[in-house]
Amino acid sequence: MDDRTHRTAHRIEGRSAAPGVALGPLMRLAPAKHDARQHRSAAEEHQALVDALAASEADLTALVREVGDDEAEAILSFQIALLEDDNLAAPAFALIAGGEVANRAWSAALAVQIASYDGADDPYFRARASDLRDLRDRVLRQLAGEVDQVVPSGVIVAADDMPPSMFLATDWRDGGLVLRRGSPSSHVAILARSRGVPMIVGVDVERLENGTDALLDGEAGLLIINPDTDTRAVYRQRRAEQSEARQAVVSFNGPALTASGERVRVMINVTGLAELEELDPAHVDGIGLMRTEFLFQGREKLPTEEEQYQIYRRMVEWAAGKPVTIRTLDAGGDKPITGLTQAGDINPFLGVRGVRLSLRRLDVFRLQLRALARAAVAGNLKVMIPMVTVPEELDRCRALFEQAVEELRREGREAQLPPLGMMVEVPAAALTIEDFSADFFSIGSNDLIQYVAAASRDEPQLADLARPSRAVFGLIGHVVNHGDRSGRETSLCGDLAGDPGQVAALLDQGLRTFSVTPGALGPVRAAIARYSGPSA
Amino acid sequence: MNKLRASVLMRHEVGLHARPSVKLTKLAKAFESRIDLGLSPDGPWVDAKSIVKVMATKAPKDSTIYFRAEGTDAKAALEALVTLVDGDFQDGR
Repeated sequence: MDDRTHRTAHRIEGRSAAPGVALGPLMRLAPAKHDARQHRSAAEEHQALVDALAASEADLTALVREVGDDEAEAILSFQIALLEDDNLAAPAFALIAGGEVANRAWSAALAVQIASYDGADDPYFRARASDLRDLRDRVLRQLAGEVDQVVPSGVIVAADDMPPSMFLATDWRDGGLVLRRGSPSSHVAILARSRGVPMIVGVDVERLENGTDALLDGEAGLLIINPDTDTRAVYRQRRAEQSEARQAVVSFNGPALTASGERVRVMINVTGLAELEELDPAHVDGIGLMRTEFLFQGREKLPTEEEQYQIYRRMVEWAAGKPVTIRTLDAGGDKPITGLTQAGDINPFLGVRGVRLSLRRLDVFRLQLRALARAAVAGNLKVMIPMVTVPEELDRCRALFEQAVEELRREGREAQLPPLGMMVEVPAAALTIEDFSADFFSIGSNDLIQYVAAASRDEPQLADLARPSRAVFGLIGHVVNHGDRSGRETSLCGDLAGDPGQVAALLDQGLRTFSVTPGALGPVRAAIARYSGPSA
Repeated sequence: MNKLRASVLMRHEVGLHARPSVKLTKLAKAFESRIDLGLSPDGPWVDAKSIVKVMATKAPKDSTIYFRAEGTDAKAALEALVTLVDGDFQDGR
């Protein structure tokens, strides 16, 4: 007899971040506690550092076997080689012998190394500072007893918060995620939705016990501890239905139509070529947003023009004539890139990000524009600029783009100027949309919402403010109207478009082009099919 | 004890960077001899088995790398290291 059935079931309410059902044991990830170390004897501190270094090396060695991609493997191998070198930690051990605690000694020793790389003339050497920071933090986590736990598949992970890198490194098959912090629009939630991982936020994870059986209902934002046999059966059934529904949606073909037969375009948001492998271009109306940050992140050096061109061209070829909208680099904000974004922005979301950064780093921007101008020859490419605030920014981008095309042609290469559009995510741009000479508009609802409400999307206490309000819908309607009147397409590529509950409200505003994560294609198309016209 | 010397021009695109340094120090550690590395025939010398020290030289592309080795397998060590650097660290990238 299963003794779990004897324990009392109870329910914990959170907020839905990604739909789906997961059933499995809870796994608590240790919370951060960098300053929790007690001072002990020099010999104990010495041993603590020895152990932390050995454990870090073991973790990295295990990780390097799994990554399977060249770039990541090179980065990890470098960190392992550093750990194997006694010279790295020697100054730390000297400080410990002099009475310093292990974590401060280690930080001080690494600070010297990091400063030396930060000060290098050569950008390749300068970029190594981030590897050393990564290594420093890994060892500090070990010293603080925050073990890098390996997450097996099929468990429900409960943690305070989770960085996107860790989410991506985890095998989520049949698993789910419960966080205390974060919000439905945080980046981890976006990843969870696009990968079909059930997730809820706003749960007091302190009270959860490791190993307890649990059931996660991502739709209802509910965590059920020790579910009874009946509840389990209900959810098993629901999970089976969901995976069936998902299959059915994927095989669904043809244009999306409202109940009254009006055509609505549904495109997808993608972050790389890998996501397209499982998708048939026949199932979508094109790519409404291809992010390019992922080409630049976690690398030793910035991507070359040729590398970018190859990827853009393959995207365009995949779409086989359907539009592919590529967004120029949207770094900064919460998406820092080593050697490119400015460190220490006081308020990153209001700082040098998106087009603001591109226009300050013309060396990097020009390369991207050249790669795009070359890929434009291969098919139906469109390019959009993120974070445009005033018309002059877009005008400068267009001039640079024209220059790039001219340059390429002079060099004897094929190139053309694709349609150039803008993201509408800054309220100032939405309010004065008539002033911009964009070929098309794409509303970035995630940032628009947080800028309109002056409420961070990552602040769980403000989740009620950072939501699609009447003010937001008013701005969306204004932009869509202007687009209709001036014969320019307006799409919406934020999370709002992928929320089946908001589809009707967006259609009410006149929006007829949606761009959603591949996982939301089915539910959004279904919501469109139910729509029969403005509700009263 | 004999101290052997060798030098080789490094043409790797990004200099004695992370990936090349990992390969170089790993190879050096395969030998028993004491092996030093420098960017001039007169040093200063650093331990070629220490990636921390080797990376700290921040040797750019087109530097000449100097080695000196002392020990029973010094000759073999120098040959292997020169071949590695000369062969662009078996790494065309």
